[in-house]
Amino acid sequence: MLEQFIFVGVLLVVALFLPVVLIGLAWLLRPKRPNPRKSEIYECGLQPHGENWVQFKAQYYIFALVFLIFDVEAVFLFPWALVYNWLPLYAVLEGVLFIALLAAALVYAWQKGALEWM
Amino acid sequence: MESLSRFLAFLADAIVNIGDWIRGLLLGAGLVDPWVSLIMKAIGALVVAFFPLMVVVFLIWAYRKVAARMQGRLGPNSSGTWAGPYGILQTFADAIKMLTKEDIRPQGIDLIPYNLAPILVVFASIATWAVMPFGPRLIGSDLNIGIFYILAFSSAALVVFLMAGWSSNNKYATVGAFRSVAQLIGYEIPQLLAVLTVVMVTGSLRMQEIVGQQEIPLLFQLPVTAFIFFLASMAEVNARPFELLEAESELVCGYFIEYSGMKFGMFYLGEFMNSTAVAALFATLFLGGWRGPWVEQAPILGTVWFLLKMGLMLLLWMFIQITFPRLRIDQMLAFNWKFLVPLALANLCVIGLVNKGITEWFPGGVSTWTRAGILLMTNVGIFLATWGILAALERREQRRRETWRAAQVGEVEVSA
Repeated sequence: MLEQFIFVGVLLVVALFLPVVLIGLAWLLRPKRPNPRKSEIYECGLQPHGENWVQFKAQYYIFALVFLIFDVEAVFLFPWALVYNWLPLYAVLEGVLFIALLAAALVYAWQKGALEWM
Repeated sequence: MESLSRFLAFLADAIVNIGDWIRGLLLGAGLVDPWVSLIMKAIGALVVAFFPLMVVVFLIWAYRKVAARMQGRLGPNSSGTWAGPYGILQTFADAIKMLTKEDIRPQGIDLIPYNLAPILVVFASIATWAVMPFGPRLIGSDLNIGIFYILAFSSAALVVFLMAGWSSNNKYATVGAFRSVAQLIGYEIPQLLAVLTVVMVTGSLRMQEIVGQQEIPLLFQLPVTAFIFFLASMAEVNARPFELLEAESELVCGYFIEYSGMKFGMFYLGEFMNSTAVAALFATLFLGGWRGPWVEQAPILGTVWFLLKMGLMLLLWMFIQITFPRLRIDQMLAFNWKFLVPLALANLCVIGLVNKGITEWFPGGVSTWTRAGILLMTNVGIFLATWGILAALERREQRRRETWRAAQVGEVEVSA
């Protein structure tokens, strides 16, 4: 078991190394002539106006909250799906009931208008 | 004759045999075992890490060729300068150009996430290849949580996009980053639920086991699941109909607008790599991975089948990417939350119950073909039910629109 994770560990090191080497190579080869006009923020030729890190549309957070329901659901459903072949019909029905409860949450969010983009 | 048959036997499982040969060489050189296996793992990791890179070099070229053909514009070999036969060296020319481009660092950025994001985007997409089965004996590491591992790493892209967009100090990039949050986390759910259905039917998270269970490719047993998975993963790799994070015509480039030179190249590379990984994942989960005729005799053919199936999925990805227009953000979110998620939930429940029902109904056990047939019929049922519901909703919507229009016309006449 641990043996298998050694490969993953080695691959992760290689995977981290590859982009670092490429960017490092570019760092060696590229010209470096910064000037203040060049390093301005690119907003289609307009002068950037005001601070970028401002308060943002709250709708995104609502979608993130709805997502959270289902992400937690997935955590519980993975073990259930994995032992599915050994489960009796009754236990499968219980799993379906659990999914139905969460589907009810989705319906509630839908009815409340949380899924409308305004 | 003797040597020819030995050569053919070597060729039949060439990649594994080359591995064994290197291991023999290392052992012959007097190295002891933990080191030999570590070196073998390092070589394997290098091969696995360079495989997507090589595929992407070819894929970028192929994408441009196909796009040029389909959209009636100039492709890589007619760009004016000679770029090898059929323009195959164009990608290398691009790579050299990116290497020598100045890295423009905009003012007011958040340095650490800004520089970390292009590294992590490639890191996360290479990492998913660790558990991809290339052949019967050819897999980086057959983890018992294989598919879970892939899902974990592919959803890491979201964090990277948010890092890149937020740290760039650019309003377009920030909008792109927020859209990536809304889109990627949303489409992760139908993708997860589709994978759950596959796990339920095959009974394992292990990639080789999932391939092994597919005497009949799962595409023909669970077409609705395959459909959900395909659409959700198209959105996960932001292919054209769901390309809101980059949206060239409105956000210019979305979350990586402020990157230049090789850092831009990393995002470009990461995007193609993710598409390749998703194509390979679809081929493994639904098309039977390396399974195909004559694989028992010559395991190397398994790799060929796998690559062919992956190539087929990449072609499909290109065709959709090239021909479809972009959705609006409300359409994209509504399509996910009001169509794909309910469909995936219903699909999971129905397949779970039917599959268990088959086992309960026939205590003596059923043949794979009978089970597949019943599952296919169930899928047809799900498809027809979905179609019916959508058609009814559309009719209702049309009626509502007509009455509204009639009311408008009536008002105008009254006031006139």
